[in-house]
Amino acid sequence: MKLAIWTKLWVVVAAYAAFLLPATLAAAQFGSVPIVSATEIPQSALIQPVQLNADLQKKAGEAPLILQVGSNMMFAQGHIPGAEFAGPAVQPEGIELLRNRAASLPRGKYIVLYCGCCPWTRCPNMGTAYRFLLGMGFKNVKALYLPNNFGEDWVSKGYRVEK
Amino acid sequence: MLVLKSATISQRWRLARRRHILCAVFLIASLLSANAASTSKVLIGRKAPEFAREDLRGETVDLARYRGKVVLLNFWATWCAPCRAELPRFDHWQAEFKAEGFQVIAVAMDDDPALVRNVVGKLHLTLPVVMGDAQLGDLYGGVFGFPVSYLIGRDEVVRNRFAGETRPDQLKQEIRILLTTSPR
Repeated sequence: MKLAIWTKLWVVVAAYAAFLLPATLAAAQFGSVPIVSATEIPQSALIQPVQLNADLQKKAGEAPLILQVGSNMMFAQGHIPGAEFAGPAVQPEGIELLRNRAASLPRGKYIVLYCGCCPWTRCPNMGTAYRFLLGMGFKNVKALYLPNNFGEDWVSKGYRVEK
Repeated sequence: MLVLKSATISQRWRLARRRHILCAVFLIASLLSANAASTSKVLIGRKAPEFAREDLRGETVDLARYRGKVVLLNFWATWCAPCRAELPRFDHWQAEFKAEGFQVIAVAMDDDPALVRNVVGKLHLTLPVVMGDAQLGDLYGGVFGFPVSYLIGRDEVVRNRFAGETRPDQLKQEIRILLTTSPR
């Protein structure tokens, strides 16, 4: 089936409007960071709270570097033991913090990202940080799956929190 | 023989004591970690924790000053899409129910006030917006996710807590009920 050149053009424009325009607009609002939805993180890269909590209890094996990519205010109220604040990935300053923290790490380093600021489907930080680290060449990045938020899916479950 | 036996007993006693200490430490740690989560729910039915902060216009917003009003206290963040969706609605309700004694206070849990100012301007918000901090979050049981809203009665008692984006019809109904039933 042959399509007219104009039809092809419209298909491209429609695809852009549907998939790329929202991210471009969001990026324009927050600066130059391309926003990636958390839903774009593949299932294979997700780690469940129960699993991470169990991993944290283990003495053996490589301990993950846990990076919180939400706001500092959330971090200051309480965070996963051993986690480091890496800045909200949706903001240029946050991405800069993440870049600086990750720059000197070996690319095979086991990193766990978490945010929990908003419901997973609407969190702008997780997908953005995950994609950014992959872009830096990291190969062992996991994303902590918090479907509702950090409070409901970690704190309320009784998993350890430190200040 | 007797010496050996008493040594074993004292060893056992030491082990048992160590186990008890470990259990106690674990219990205390669990209680402390669960504390933040439970406090936010425990707040319902209790007097709302008092606070005073400057809003983006430099005016002091003191919760105590709103005694006698029904207050919707909303914790939000600029990058939180559900937050940005419901704030204009709250702003509209504040105008709608102002004469009946309704007040919205928005607490931005961002790190950078400039970003908050930007979003407040874009959303054309007229309600008071204060910058939050970890201490204020702690007062309200830990704000570990956005948005979170507290509905406070005229008597300063927390009537309900809403985690996540509120359902407009349900929340509006609760506000109406509080405005009409609680004494001024």
